[in-house]
Amino acid sequence: MPLLWVLRDELGIKEPKYGCGIAQCGACTVHVGGSPVRSCQLPVGSVWSDVKTLSGLGAGGALHPLQTAWIEHQVAQCGYCQSGQIMQAADLLARNPNPSDADIDAAMSANLCRCGAYPRIRAAIKAAAASMRGGE
Amino acid sequence: MNEVSKDPKKANNGKADKPKVSRRKFLIGSAAVAGGVAFGAYFILRTPANPLLRDLGPGEAAITPFVKITETGITFIVPRADVGQGILSTQAHLIAEELDIDPGTVTLDPGQPHPIYVNAKIASNSLPFQPLDEGFVPRTVRDLMETVARVSGAQFTGGSSSVADLHEKLRHAGAAARETLKTAAAGRYGIPAASLATENGEVVFPDGRRIAYTELAADAALVEPVTDVELRPPERWRKLGTVFQRIDIVAKSTGAQRYGIDIELPDMLYAAVRANPGRGVSFDRYDDSVAREIRGVHVVVEVTDGLAVVADNTWRAFRAAAALDVDWQTPDYPASSEEMWRVLEDAHREDNIDSRLRDDGDVDEALDGADVVSAEYRAPFLAHAALEPLNATVLVEPDHVTVWTATQVPTAIRDAAAEMTGVGKENVTLHVLPAGGSFGRRLDHDYVVQAIEVAMSVPGTPVKTTWSREADMAHDFPRPFHMARARGAVSGGRVVACDIDTISPSLSASWFGRVFIVPPGPDTLIVWGAYDQPYAIPHYRVTGYKAPEVVPIGSWRSPGACSNSFFHEAFLSELIAAAGVDPLEERLRLISDPTSRRVLEAVGEMCSWNGPDIGAGRGRGIAFAHSHHVPVAEVVDVTVTDRGLRIDDVWIAADCGTVFDPVNAEAQLTGAAIWGLGHAMNCELTYENYAPLQTNYHAFQGMRLYQTPRFHTKLLEQAPAVAGLGEPATAPAAPALADAIFAATGQRLREMPFNRFVDFA
Ligand code: FES
Ligand code: FES
Repeated sequence: MPLLWVLRDELGIKEPKYGCGIAQCGACTVHVGGSPVRSCQLPVGSVWSDVKTLSGLGAGGALHPLQTAWIEHQVAQCGYCQSGQIMQAADLLARNPNPSDADIDAAMSANLCRCGAYPRIRAAIKAAAASMRGGE
Repeated sequence: MNEVSKDPKKANNGKADKPKVSRRKFLIGSAAVAGGVAFGAYFILRTPANPLLRDLGPGEAAITPFVKITETGITFIVPRADVGQGILSTQAHLIAEELDIDPGTVTLDPGQPHPIYVNAKIASNSLPFQPLDEGFVPRTVRDLMETVARVSGAQFTGGSSSVADLHEKLRHAGAAARETLKTAAAGRYGIPAASLATENGEVVFPDGRRIAYTELAADAALVEPVTDVELRPPERWRKLGTVFQRIDIVAKSTGAQRYGIDIELPDMLYAAVRANPGRGVSFDRYDDSVAREIRGVHVVVEVTDGLAVVADNTWRAFRAAAALDVDWQTPDYPASSEEMWRVLEDAHREDNIDSRLRDDGDVDEALDGADVVSAEYRAPFLAHAALEPLNATVLVEPDHVTVWTATQVPTAIRDAAAEMTGVGKENVTLHVLPAGGSFGRRLDHDYVVQAIEVAMSVPGTPVKTTWSREADMAHDFPRPFHMARARGAVSGGRVVACDIDTISPSLSASWFGRVFIVPPGPDTLIVWGAYDQPYAIPHYRVTGYKAPEVVPIGSWRSPGACSNSFFHEAFLSELIAAAGVDPLEERLRLISDPTSRRVLEAVGEMCSWNGPDIGAGRGRGIAFAHSHHVPVAEVVDVTVTDRGLRIDDVWIAADCGTVFDPVNAEAQLTGAAIWGLGHAMNCELTYENYAPLQTNYHAFQGMRLYQTPRFHTKLLEQAPAVAGLGEPATAPAAPALADAIFAATGQRLREMPFNRFVDFA
C-alpha cells in the first residue's frame, strides 16, 4: 500500500493530498529522511527513514519561513496543492538558499496548481529565501 | 460550530416563541428592500421565511437569514460555495464591514439549502440580451428570470455571479444586525439608539462603556429588527477595498485546511467507483470474484453507470474496483473524435439555427462582391480536472440522510437525497465542505447521487466515495466542443462586415436538463462571448447553430465565452490585419461603450502599446472580451526560443465596478488568465472507443510553473454594476496568445490546443 494512503486513511494525516496517483501532480509530496517524495508512489514497506508532513515542517512548533511567506503573499486559492508545493519548496531552499528564477522553475514545475497560483508561489519562495538568509 | 443546546426546560418558555413571530414579519417587510416587489407577484418575490428561525433556541437572535447571534458567539451564513475562488472570505467581509466586527472572530457556516439563499443573478445573466442593454424589455425579462430562479429555489454558485448577487444583501444583513443590536442596547439602558456606536463586536456607549454583541443576543431577540438601514458608502469602508487577509489563508498555508476528501467519521467505510467509460449506459455483465477476494473489501454495489466497491480504505477500494471484470454496454453516440467533429460540421445547416441575437446592417449585401476574408475555428472538449478528485461522504439512516461534500448546487443534492431514500427534505442534512477546485464541475451532483447509492447499500455506516483521477477524467461533463465559420470584409482601412456562425451542442439543455429544468428559448451559451460584444461594426451578424449533444457536457470556467471569445477576437484580428490598421486603435474606433474603451486604453498604457511588432523573434498580441459582465483587455508578449515559444509578459485590465477584496481580485484575474492560456496551449479531450484518451495529468497538463509569464494587472472601478472576477479573464487569454504568436511567427492559429501546431518552451 502506498505511503499516501497509509498516512491518509490509516493514520488520519490529511496534509498530503491525492491528486493523480501517478507522480504527475505533486499534491502528495512529503519528506522521507529529509528528501521530497511522491507518497502515492512509495510503498509503505519501502519507507527508509522518518516521514515529515507539512505540519511538522516548522522548527519547534513555529511556522516555517515558507509558511509565513505563503500567508503574507496569500498564495492559496483552493489550497489543495499547497501542502505539496510547500514541501517541494522547502527542499529547494534547504539545498539552495538563494534560488534564481530558473532554479525555482526547475524545482517546482512538477507540482501542478490547477488554480494557477504560480505567480505568488514564485514570489513567496523568493521572500522566504530572503528571510531565511537574513535570519542566519 | 456554534450549536447552542436546545434545553427542553427552556423550550416552553413563552419568551422563546414571541420573537419568532416578529422575525417573520420583519422578513416579509424587508423583502421590499432586498427583492423589489414587481409584477404584483408578491407571494413569489417576498423573501422566504428565515431558515435560521427553525432551530433557534431561546435568547438567540437570527436578525437576518445571514447572521445568527447567541450568548456564546456569532455565526455568519455564507451560502455561496468556496471552490477556491475566495468567496467565503469575501462574503464574511461584506457582512462584517457593516456589523463592525472582525470576521476572524465569527463562525462561518454555509447554511442548509434554502430558497432564501437562491442565486437570482445567474438566471437573469443567461438571457438573450446584450448585457449592456438596459432597455425596458431586457430589464423586465431579467427580473422575470430572477423570479423563476426564486420559485425553483436554485441555490447555486457559478457564473461569477456570487458577488453581484450578494454584495448588497450581505452588507444589508450586517447593517440590519448592527442597528438591531443598538436598539436592543438602547432599550436595556433607556438611552437613545442614535447615541450609540459600534466597534469590534461591541456596542459603545457615549461614556465609553462597551457591551459585547453576544451579551445582547437575548435582548435583540425580543426587539423588532431594524430594517430601514442605509449602507455605508465606499469612502466609509474600513476594510472592504483594502488589502486584508483572506480568512482561510492560514489554514491553507499550514495544512490545517480540510476538504471533502479529508472527512473522517467513526466506523467509516471507503468506496471507489468503476463506471462505464462511455456515458449514459451501464454494464451487460460483471464478475466480481477477484475483487471480492481483495483484503478489506466489504461489498460490491451496482450504481448508476456501473459498479462501486466498498472497502476498509480508499486504496483497497481503488484496487478492487480495477479488478472488476465488466462487459460494458455500448453508448449511442459516435465513438471517436473524428466522427464527433463530423457531427458538428454537419450541424452547420439552416434548420439548426438556434439564435441570431446580433444582426446589424446588412451583412449579405456588404459581403456580396467584396473581397471576403473567411476562416474556420475550433475549440475542443476540455475536462475540469480540479486537483481534488470528486468525492462525497454519505450516512443513510432509517429516517435521516447526512451528506458531506463540496458542491455548488446544495438544493439539488438535498432534493436528490430525499427522493432516493424516501426521507423528507427536512431530514436531509448537508454539510458543504471546502473544495479543492471546481471550475464548474461541482455544478453537477452526479458524484453525490452515486455516493448516496453506495451508502444505501450499507445503511447506518458512513461511506466516503472517492473517484480516482482516472474516473474523474472519464466521467467529467466536459466543456463542449465548438466551432465557428466566419466571413468578413474591410474597406478603406476599416472593418466593415463581420459574420460569425458558431456551432455547438446546447450546454443549457444538457446541464439545466440534468440539474434543474431546461429553460425555454434559444441557448445563449452557444453564442455567448460572440453576439454580445460592444463593437459597432456596420454589418455585423452572429448566428448560433445547435448541434446534437454527442456526450453530456457541462459548465467550464466562462462557459460559451471560453470558446466564442477565441473565435470572435481571432477573426477580428484577421480582419484588422487585412485592413492594415493597428489592432488596439481599430478596436477603440469600433467601441463606443465607455467602460470597455477604458480597459482597452488602460491595457495600452500599461504595456506602452506601440503595435504588435516588438522586435525580431518576438510578437505582441491583444484581445478584448466583455465576459460575464466584465470588460477585460489582455496583451500577451511571446518570444521564439530554440526550445519553442515562451510567454514573457501578460497585461490585464478589467472593470468589475467595485473591488471589495483587491488581493483576491488580482488572484482571480491571473488565475483565470492562466486557466485560459494553459488550456489553449496544451489541453484537449480526444475520444476513442466512446471515452477520452486523456486519463490523467500526464496527458492533460494546463500551465506549469516554468511556463508562467510575468503578470501586470489593473482593476478599474467605473463600471455601473458590480460583477465577479472568477471567469472574465479566461475569455481573452487564448485569442491574445494566438495574436501574439501571429505577430511573432506569421502563423495563424485557428484551432485549440495550439501545441498541435507550434511548440511551447
Ligand atoms: S498524487 Fe502523488 S503525485 Fe499526484
Ligand atoms: S490552489 Fe488550487 S490547485 Fe493550487
